[in-house]
Amino acid sequence: MSLTRRTAAELGALMASGEVSAVEVAQAHLDRIAEVDGRVNAFLHVAAESALEQARAVDARRAAGEELGPLAGVPIAHKDVFTTKDMPTTAGSKILEGYRPPYDATVTARLREAGLVILGKTNLDEFAMGSSTENSAYGPTHNPWDLARIPGGSSGGSSAAVASYQAPLSTGTDTGGSIRQPAAVTGIVGMKPTYGGSSRYGVIAFASSLDTPGPFARNVLDAALLHEAFSGHDVMDTTSIHSEVPPVVEAARRGDVAGLRVGVVKEFGGEGYQPGVLARFREAVELLESLGAKVVEVSCPTFTYALPAYYLIAPSECSSNLARFDGMRYGLRAGDDGTRSAEEVMALTRAQGFGPEVKRRIMLGTYALSSGYYDAYYGSAQKVRTLIARDFEAAFHQVDVLVSPTTPTTAFPIGERADDPMAMYLADLCTIPANLAGNAAISVPCGLADEDGLPVGLQIMAPVLGDDRCYRVGAAIEKALEDRWGGSLLSRAPSL
Amino acid sequence: MSAITRDEVAHLARLSRLALADAELDHYATQLDAIIGAVARVAEVATDDVPPSSHALPLTNVYRPDETRPSLTPQQALAAAPAVEDDRFRVPRILGEEA
Repeated sequence: MSLTRRTAAELGALMASGEVSAVEVAQAHLDRIAEVDGRVNAFLHVAAESALEQARAVDARRAAGEELGPLAGVPIAHKDVFTTKDMPTTAGSKILEGYRPPYDATVTARLREAGLVILGKTNLDEFAMGSSTENSAYGPTHNPWDLARIPGGSSGGSSAAVASYQAPLSTGTDTGGSIRQPAAVTGIVGMKPTYGGSSRYGVIAFASSLDTPGPFARNVLDAALLHEAFSGHDVMDTTSIHSEVPPVVEAARRGDVAGLRVGVVKEFGGEGYQPGVLARFREAVELLESLGAKVVEVSCPTFTYALPAYYLIAPSECSSNLARFDGMRYGLRAGDDGTRSAEEVMALTRAQGFGPEVKRRIMLGTYALSSGYYDAYYGSAQKVRTLIARDFEAAFHQVDVLVSPTTPTTAFPIGERADDPMAMYLADLCTIPANLAGNAAISVPCGLADEDGLPVGLQIMAPVLGDDRCYRVGAAIEKALEDRWGGSLLSRAPSL
Repeated sequence: MSAITRDEVAHLARLSRLALADAELDHYATQLDAIIGAVARVAEVATDDVPPSSHALPLTNVYRPDETRPSLTPQQALAAAPAVEDDRFRVPRILGEEA
């Protein structure tokens, strides 16, 4: 079997036993990138030399008898929203073109400590704002299942890289669904940890009360291994949780649901949902029941207000966070001809450096926070946030996990929603509640929709710090479905 | 809800430090109006008895010991600056007087 088809856990074991070297593994993935990424556009920057150097270092440490972690030498694609001091960091924006940060994000540093080999930086919607990767200033990423379709967003480069075997693992950030939605539409696993469970230090900020780094992988165990590798308390992030990382790897290995109470969210289904998505979702729920789970329907009435609340809260926070891009200290500076004031230069820089979606959200947030409108918009949205947390709390008195489709539809064609922001926003309908309440939630593949033969994701939501439950249920359904399919869902994707 | 006018977009753009072209103002007015119209629904359930949440987790202020730690050198901090003079960020004039 080609090295690029192996899981991260398998690669780790092959390297630990000395069957292959980290350099061979890195080279196989670099070759794959050279072969297919011209068509996929998952990477904004490929760090071939540095990857081989990192791999040589892992091989040398192993040769010296050092005890290394389970992912040492495993290649990874890193979302270009995490700062990396040895690679450009653009956040998909022209305003940061060529920017080299002077420091590593905590997640970046922990990947390095775990011996993961960073292959390069992946494409994203500009500043992680979007659901399709079409908002990147560097061109869209293409879905490996159908190159004319979106790979999801904002972490679409990361989902496409893993789904096209350019990397076994990748990182993402999830603010309203930016890990789970791309995972769902490319047929892979994507996890949003509990807010504060993974560090935001060095993540270029979009909406600070929501942004959560998390893993992508081709199976549940690999996602858990990566989750464990970069999570945990960080003194550099004041919203970091001071507690142990939940036992996610153990849960992914256990993977049973006997006696577990599973709640189907009543509000997520029906009108606006693609029939093939609902069909696969219902089958997954039946399968969980046949595995011994107790399935009940649970109503979370305010979840239908999550999307509008999110599109007030996230833009409000972004309008404040993105004020730092002023052309003074780093990044683009436009129109500084010696006659213009700093304020004029800032306005020209931002007009030239930001794309349309970022501008839209900055102005929307500025509106929602402005005097006279604050109570009606931002204030009301914050109240909805309370109501959603209450709905979760009530639900988790009745059940251990909640399930829903991850997205209402499968991957849509590139360009289809580009001029209709509200249609684009609907892609995050089911994923947003977990961001507003800070819960853990995962997306795992649950089949292909009959209408278009494209992947469908099952979302499993757990309480705050119940991340292990996501992996436990995810592993159970993954095993049962792969037994039924005779292999992974991704093995049915057309070859590139 | 009142519609977002072209003038309001111009005002928002000014507050947001975005130098938008005239043609863009109409475009954004239409889009922002549609978005605001859709998200205004939050008011339906945001009654007076519901306290607002600004954050997902009940965290209070976090303190750490005030200890000196390694930090960036001036050269590192200035490395990505668009313009530098005498170990400082060089910026356009910030006061209102004529240049």
